[in-house]
Amino acid sequence: MREIAEAAREAAALVAGADPALAGIVVLSLQVSLSAVCAATLVALPLGALLAVGRFPGRRALIVLLNAFMGLPPVVVGLLVYLVLSRAGPLGELGLLFTPGAMVIAQTLLVLPIIAALCRQAVEDAWREYAEQLRSLGASDARAALTLVWDTRFSLVTAVLAGLGRALSEVGAVLIVGGNIDGVTRVMTTAIALETSKGDLALALALGFILIALVTLLNAAAQVVKEAAERRYG
Amino acid sequence: MANDGRILPLVLREVGFRAGGRTILAGISATIEAGPATIILGANGAGKSVLMRLMHGLLAPTTGEVSWNGLSSEAARRRQAMVFQRPVLLRRSALANVTYALALAGVAAAGREALALEALREVGLAGVAHRPARVLSGGEQQRLALARAWALHPEVLFLDEPTANLDPGATREIETVIRAFDAAGTKIIMSTHNLAQARRLGDEVLYLHEGRLAERAPVEEFFRRPASAEAAAFLKGELPWA
Repeated sequence: MREIAEAAREAAALVAGADPALAGIVVLSLQVSLSAVCAATLVALPLGALLAVGRFPGRRALIVLLNAFMGLPPVVVGLLVYLVLSRAGPLGELGLLFTPGAMVIAQTLLVLPIIAALCRQAVEDAWREYAEQLRSLGASDARAALTLVWDTRFSLVTAVLAGLGRALSEVGAVLIVGGNIDGVTRVMTTAIALETSKGDLALALALGFILIALVTLLNAAAQVVKEAAERRYG
Repeated sequence: MANDGRILPLVLREVGFRAGGRTILAGISATIEAGPATIILGANGAGKSVLMRLMHGLLAPTTGEVSWNGLSSEAARRRQAMVFQRPVLLRRSALANVTYALALAGVAAAGREALALEALREVGLAGVAHRPARVLSGGEQQRLALARAWALHPEVLFLDEPTANLDPGATREIETVIRAFDAAGTKIIMSTHNLAQARRLGDEVLYLHEGRLAERAPVEEFFRRPASAEAAAFLKGELPWA
C-alpha cells in the first residue's frame, strides 16, 4: 500500500513538472490515435449508413461480420499489419514498420468496425422514422444515407468517441507494429507496460492517470457539445 | 395508354395488398380524375394509409396494378408529394428542410432559397425560417411539411390524416393551406377520421370497409344518403346524434 502511495506522489510530481519525456509520450499517443480515428471515421460513417439503408445481397452477413469485428483482438490486428508491412510483406517497400504511420494503420483497422457498427445502428433506427418521407421526396439510397448521417450526428459523436477510447487504450497492436521505441513509437499504453515490467511504477502510474483523465475529459467535452446541440436542434 | 403529359387520371385495377399473411386491401378498382378533392374514409384498420401508400408508390401492390396515365411509378412520384400524420423533419432549419426537398427535385441551387421562402410565406412560417425545424410546435411542424410539399408544386398531394395529432386551432391553419393547394390546381387525396373535416375539404368520398372499397360518392350525397350498409353503419356510429 505504501508503495502505491509513494508511486502516486512521484506520478503527481511528474505530471506537475510537465516532464518532457512524459509529454512526448502523451503527444504521440494523441497524434496516433486521433489520426487513426479520423481516418476510420471517414470510411466507417458512410459504410455504416449504407449498411443501414441499402438492401443488397450479403448485407446481413456483412453486419454480423462488422459486429463481430468490434471485438477484434488488438494483437491479432497488430500481427496482420506487421505481416503486411514487414520487409517481405506486400507493402514492405513502404518501410512503415516501427513508425507511427504503421501504428495509425493498425489502430484505424481496429476502430473502423466499432465506429461503423455503432453508426449502422444509429442510422438504422433513424431510417425507420425517415424512410417513407425520404423516398417520397425521391432520395436515392446513397443520398438518404448521407442525410441520415448528418441528422444522427449527435448520436454519432458517441460512436466516434467509443472508437477513440479503444484506440487510446489498446496496447497490443501499437506494441507489435510500433515496437515501443523510445522517442519514436513509444505511446502511453506501451510505456505503461514497459515501465511496469521494469519496476518504475511512478512513471507507469503517472501515464495511467493521464490516460484516464484524457479519455474522461474528451468524453465530458463531447457530452457538453452534444447536449447543447440537442437543445438547439431538437 | 397515350400519355398527354399529365399524371392523372390515376387508375387502380383490382389492387390488393397482403402483408404478414393478412389481407390489408383486396379488389380495389377506381379511376381518380383531376379536379375534385378525394377523401378516403374508413374505420381504423380499414386500409386507408396502405391505399395511399400504394397510390404514391411507397408500397407495391401484391395483386392488380396502379397506373399513372402510363408513367412509371418513379416518374409519377416525382410529380406528387405526401404529407404524413406525423411530420418527418430533418435536424436543420425550417428553410433548409424545404431547400433539401427542392435539391432532391433537381432545382438548381441558385433558385432554391427564394422558392423555399415563398413556400414558407404561403403557410405563414416565414418568421421562423431560420429556426431549427424540430423545435417548432406540432402545428408549425405540419405546416412546414406542407410548405415542403408546396415548394415542389406537385400535381397530386397525398395527406394521411394530417391533423390527427393537432388541436382545433392548428387544424384550421392546416385546412387553410390544403384549400390553397386545391385552389392552385393540385389534386388533393386525403384520408381522415374527422367527418366534419371530410365535409369541409372533400368533393368526393372513397369509403373503405375492411380492405374493400365499399362505396364511392360525392361528399354531400355520401353524408346524406350513404348507399352501402357499411357506410351507413359507420356514419351512424360516428355521428350518433344524426
